[in-house]
Amino acid sequence: MFKSIYNYFSDIYTAVRSLLTGMKVTGHYVFHPKEIITQQYPENRDELKMFDRFRGEVVMLHDENNEHKCTGCSACDVACPNGTIEIISDWEINEEGKKKKIIDKFVYHLQMCTMCGLCIPACPTDAIVMSEDFEHAVFDRSKLTKVLNKPGSKIMDGIK
Amino acid sequence: MNELKTGLETQEYFINMGPQHPSTHGVLRLMLTLDGEIIKNVEPHLGYIHRSIEKMCEKDQYRMIIHLTDRMDYLSCHINNEAVCLAIEKALEVEMTDRIKVIRTIIDELTRLSSHQLWWGVMGMDLGAITSFLYGFRDRELITDIFEETCGARLTMNYNIPGGLMFDIHPNFQKRTKEFITHFKKKLPEYDDLLSNNVIFKQRTQGIGYLSKEDAISYGVTGPSGRASGFSCDVRKLEPYMAYDRVDFKEILSTEGDCYARYKVRIAEMWESLSIIEQLIDNIPEGDFQVPTKKVIKLPKGEFYQRVETARGELGVYIVSEGKVSPYRVKFRSPGFSTLSAMNKMATGFKIADLVAIMSTIDLVIPDIDR
Repeated sequence: MFKSIYNYFSDIYTAVRSLLTGMKVTGHYVFHPKEIITQQYPENRDELKMFDRFRGEVVMLHDENNEHKCTGCSACDVACPNGTIEIISDWEINEEGKKKKIIDKFVYHLQMCTMCGLCIPACPTDAIVMSEDFEHAVFDRSKLTKVLNKPGSKIMDGIK
Repeated sequence: MNELKTGLETQEYFINMGPQHPSTHGVLRLMLTLDGEIIKNVEPHLGYIHRSIEKMCEKDQYRMIIHLTDRMDYLSCHINNEAVCLAIEKALEVEMTDRIKVIRTIIDELTRLSSHQLWWGVMGMDLGAITSFLYGFRDRELITDIFEETCGARLTMNYNIPGGLMFDIHPNFQKRTKEFITHFKKKLPEYDDLLSNNVIFKQRTQGIGYLSKEDAISYGVTGPSGRASGFSCDVRKLEPYMAYDRVDFKEILSTEGDCYARYKVRIAEMWESLSIIEQLIDNIPEGDFQVPTKKVIKLPKGEFYQRVETARGELGVYIVSEGKVSPYRVKFRSPGFSTLSAMNKMATGFKIADLVAIMSTIDLVIPDIDR
């Protein structure tokens, strides 16, 4: 009899105490707002900096003369598991009269890309890198298919 | 037909839980046979997120298989990657350097921690405590930052390649990991204050969803769920791979086998993971982070099996090779599938609300079950 009454009140005591311990933890953060680490995205878009190795979409590097390093060797195409990269090549005749393979279009299907990053180490001339852009949403599906070499761009001298 | 005490005749009836139910954590459909509110039978229906990963592996080269395993159990993706890599390395008979072993082990344990943190948050949310969800994600954010800096992605990391790692660790890796450990050691007692000792939480988990050791073994329930029933099944102890043979850690076992025991085992595993990382982080050996392999990998003819301990249990990778560039057959023995098969045993006789607690504590990841 006495034991059951004792148990009844001790249960209430432990219950209230356990709830108060939990409240203490949450209450701590009410009075210490500096410990909260929430980022206000998209308000902080300007100062938001991704890490160097972050794997966003694939981009082709161009220098100030609108020249890239891609030789059209299709190594990235072979390394890609999903058929994301499609290279349409063309032939160029240089001054010596020799035929040389160049890229016409470097087509990148973002909708098929899994950002695995296997194409980057596969490239022998480091022509492509993964950018830090992670906002891929577009309103039209056709916009996801991109041509990475800029119009009128050429291959850099000395890249074979 | 059952008769209640009032003399009224009652009937068993069926109800669908899922595929779009928030507490199933994905597209899992459970067909429940109920008598009033009491569960008589649970029948899981799968296939809503089946992507035929095993079949896709048969057309891919060995290097390309790895990024598919990211998408199986996405919360322990680095460990999945490692399982495939270890199977391939075993077949090729390449010896990893110490540096690779240690880095892989550290990131394994970080993955396990982040998975358990997410589980803890989501478990609280399932049982009605939103606060724990926010706190779990707060601490997980620091680990995803470490991953993002070193591996390049937050969730689907794809950091392993056959023969080592994709890049060396970032210069900040050790500093950040140590910062995380000191931070999380202070925060882990908060988890106990918020949830473990909470009276409502205890009443909803203690004595619920009992699974005996015999059942755990016969259903193949591994990982924390199996160890909570007293089934010693830690692959890290049984067949040490990578650097697990040189670290000192305990295998957490419990004999109660109810939801609260499974909860407690995971919390204790977080402490163990922290201590494993602490032992390794200061002395990462010098050496290469990649062992050279051929550009197009061809495995010798034969069958290769490798098992690892993911955050959910034992993952087995079975590769049948015919000596070509892609495997003849790949089979994944995923932990979630076996654990789900024991659901009926655990849930029968309990109420629907208890089923939510049971599902939470066995830590289901649906893409891991369906593949």
